[in-house]
Amino acid sequence: MRADTAPRGRTGTVGGAGLRATARVEARADGRGGTALPVLDGEGPLALRRTRTRSGGPAARVTLVGAMSGPLGGDHLTVEATAHEGARLHIDSAAATLALPGQGGEAARYDVRISVAEGAELRWLPEQLISVRDSDLRLSTRVELAAGARLVLREEQVLGRAGEAPGRLSSRLTVCRAGSPLLDQELAFGPGAPGGWDGPAVLAGHRAVGQLVVVRPEYERSGPVAAPLGKWAVLTPLAGPAVLVTAVAPDALRVRRTLDAALRDLA
Amino acid sequence: MSRAALLVLADGRFPAGGHAHSGGAEEAVKAGRVTGAASLEDFCRGRLNTSGLVAASLAAAAALGVDPAALDAAADARTPSPALRVAARRLGRQLMRAARATWPHPELDALARRFPKGAHQPVVLGLAARAAGLGPQDAAYCSAYEGISGPASATVRLLSLDPFDATGVLARLAPDVDRVALRAAEAAGRAVTEGVDALPAASAPLLELGAEAHAGWPVRLFAS
Repeated sequence: MRADTAPRGRTGTVGGAGLRATARVEARADGRGGTALPVLDGEGPLALRRTRTRSGGPAARVTLVGAMSGPLGGDHLTVEATAHEGARLHIDSAAATLALPGQGGEAARYDVRISVAEGAELRWLPEQLISVRDSDLRLSTRVELAAGARLVLREEQVLGRAGEAPGRLSSRLTVCRAGSPLLDQELAFGPGAPGGWDGPAVLAGHRAVGQLVVVRPEYERSGPVAAPLGKWAVLTPLAGPAVLVTAVAPDALRVRRTLDAALRDLA
Repeated sequence: MSRAALLVLADGRFPAGGHAHSGGAEEAVKAGRVTGAASLEDFCRGRLNTSGLVAASLAAAAALGVDPAALDAAADARTPSPALRVAARRLGRQLMRAARATWPHPELDALARRFPKGAHQPVVLGLAARAAGLGPQDAAYCSAYEGISGPASATVRLLSLDPFDATGVLARLAPDVDRVALRAAEAAGRAVTEGVDALPAASAPLLELGAEAHAGWPVRLFAS
């Protein structure tokens, strides 16, 4: 098995050219006002740790700990997170994810599948995804929400490490609520991406982009109105009880500052 | 039906109100991102491959007979900017009026009843193409082309750009329009069996940002 011989202690299931690994977490209301984690299974490079919540509140916090950098070209990683009825699950990550080139030049896949039930809340706040030169990653994040579910989700893409040309990255984010599409966005950058991605309609030379999605049933009655957040970010109410903050910047730090400030204002 | 119906539908003089919109070009010009023919071409290429591809796919799917209400919801999910959703519905309503007068069809009537304030323009465009006896690829071509011809002609006015230069931009983008129309028609075919999730969702952050900034201007030449 390649997992035994691969560099940097790569473990997991080897299928096809690359490594396949799936991490699963399920959260349930424990009946005492807290949240239990009946499922917390990492695999290979996707290790999961239950960590202390910052507020000490009723939520369970899980941190995705990169057991190695990756994904490499050819890998297929999957994270499945489910918050059952009434549960509160906060997921973050210990470090940025680096999309790296593989040996055969194939693309890597990273699928995130999130499901949030009635009365449950899920926060998905990982660190940035950095598209390293010559890498090729297809990230797909799909969220299924019940009508009364709550969501805070942040995604940030960085085009290359400091001073480095980006690899190819396509990232699709789909949020469905009560079975209907609420948000569906795909970003595609880097060599080989459809033309104009770095031009005046799409990125205009910016090297970091971020999205923050907040879904709250109470926005059905009244929610934030559209507002530019400085020159390079905007808060937009979606066609449903949700808002999206979109930010672009020359670097990852500035995107994070903007999204953090927006999240504080929404809280 | 006649293939020439495509020329009628794609004609810039078809009375559907598109001339009042710049497709984001007015904001990009004012912000200094579009300054001449070269940056206009880059702008149009980016727009074509993102919101242009999405619009062309929605139009092709509507022309194929995919449920227009599901397509309208898919269009909403692919348009985070409320200013762009309003513009798309306003354009859809104007196109609906022209299309019903030109190619009366019960499916157009049904869509107009269901969305009295207007459905998303690409959905109406696809259904208009269907009413005119055109196919999904025709609808995709029409949508993809108007998605770049609008910004190009707006930029002629905004920058006093030489119209020959603007037309040259459109001609150089022709192979890109071919690719987008083909991809859109293929995706529409998948949407028939797999549902609207199979349609592309390519997005352009600066078009979204720019549309909201533009909507806040007290004085502007174009509606979007």
